[in-house]
Amino acid sequence: MSTTVVNTPAPRPLREGAFGNATHLICRECSATQPLGAFYACAECFGPLEIGYEFPAVTREQIEAGPKNIWRYQPLLPVPTDIASSPNMEPGFTRLLKANNLGAALGIKNLWVKDDSGNPTHSFKDRVVAVALSAARELEMKVFACPSTGNLANAVAAAGARAGMKTVVFIPHDLERAKVLTTAVYGGTLIAVKGNYDDVNRLASEIAGEEDGWAFVNVNVRPYYAEGSKTLGYEVAEQLGWRLPQQVVIPVASGSQLTKVDKGFAEFVKLGLVEDAPYKIFGAQAHGCSPVSAAFKDGHDVVRPVKPDTIAKSLAIGNPADGPYVLDAVRRTGGAIEDVTDDEVRDGIELLARTEGVFAETAGGVTVAVLKKLVETGQLDLDQETVVFNTGDGLKTLDAIADRVGPAATIDPSYAAFTATGLA
Amino acid sequence: MSVSVRIPTILRTYTNGESQVSAEGGTLSEVIDNLDASYPGIKGRILDEQGAIRRFVNVYVGNDDVRFIDGVDTQTAEGAQISVIPAVAGG
Repeated sequence: MSTTVVNTPAPRPLREGAFGNATHLICRECSATQPLGAFYACAECFGPLEIGYEFPAVTREQIEAGPKNIWRYQPLLPVPTDIASSPNMEPGFTRLLKANNLGAALGIKNLWVKDDSGNPTHSFKDRVVAVALSAARELEMKVFACPSTGNLANAVAAAGARAGMKTVVFIPHDLERAKVLTTAVYGGTLIAVKGNYDDVNRLASEIAGEEDGWAFVNVNVRPYYAEGSKTLGYEVAEQLGWRLPQQVVIPVASGSQLTKVDKGFAEFVKLGLVEDAPYKIFGAQAHGCSPVSAAFKDGHDVVRPVKPDTIAKSLAIGNPADGPYVLDAVRRTGGAIEDVTDDEVRDGIELLARTEGVFAETAGGVTVAVLKKLVETGQLDLDQETVVFNTGDGLKTLDAIADRVGPAATIDPSYAAFTATGLA
Repeated sequence: MSVSVRIPTILRTYTNGESQVSAEGGTLSEVIDNLDASYPGIKGRILDEQGAIRRFVNVYVGNDDVRFIDGVDTQTAEGAQISVIPAVAGG
């Protein structure tokens, strides 16, 4: 007996070039194809849909002449040629820092930090949201929405405000206060859900299936959204002087970012923009939410979901959508996946801050702590050029270090009081 | 046991476009068999050849992911709300 009748979205004609050089959607599992649209799961096998392209020739000079943001890679993204002139957050082209002090502390000869906390809302999410926003606009969708662990919430709310689009953001009710406020300030609708991220994600998937015209960035327009993470890989290669690093260490939540950095490197090789050279990809998780690390260590090719319990809330996805593909990429390249305790995460935040002046959020603490663990366990080659990713800003997760750092002394405003501290 | 099953967009071709249908069964496995009797072919889209839930499908009984309970053997009480949802989302 039926109770509800489906709202099937009417197909809308796309404007010419709406998705740049993207031509279709293709299932990563079974290779079934379907037209570009607001679809994310394969109609045949439920597998993840990816963007298919017909890339033109692209040169280094052409990219270098582009804007200093992700739109310099427009021909390689599912966005129109006029994307840079649309109202958007202009994310990307963040710093690639030579990390000599951190390298010396860990014994790594040639270490870099890709510091994506420099994005407009202080995390890598501005990249993916910018691409999703373009898709939502081209598909003439009315609402820009997401389930989020916080950073995405910031990015969606801000991008929607700038684009003049209605936003609805769903977050777990126990999210860090900073991430709640830094979402709510942009206006739009913020809904706190009594559950963890996986519960919120599930709710979003159900809403996306019922509400016409809602673009959930990481649900029904996820194929477009995920492509934004390729720009992290592109930028690292370009900033290194048009070459691939030999080792990268990347945080794993859903696993989308890691797989797309890998895809970005592969596309640069295919297009002749960098020399084809081997690289190893390492994944980083918090022990309290380490389903992909556990599967890697157990030799499994499927990921058993877990209930997250970690201070690294931006990585607290217990049922990671791209987990199997993370395992594929890491194993194919000869890398590894490690996990670290919450105390090691705090240590990682402090280590990066004290050696390089970069204040990472807990996800960055996870990545630096895993980098250290990979060194200590002999899994990382100390002689190879290595890039570690910091994907968010420590100002959003102050609680993580609140009990660890503070003033050396509290004194009266007199020289005598200062000298009495012995700190001179 | 009579239960209510939420059908994802992809599978609504089997249910004449309906997003929610009724089914019978005391376990998830029985419910899916009963669904397949009403909507032939739908079982093969949810379960693989070994009878396990497909890799990219999540099934919930109430608010609980059945992978955390007993999988296809999860009990389904009278009036239970079951949801079949594509797994590839989030992050």
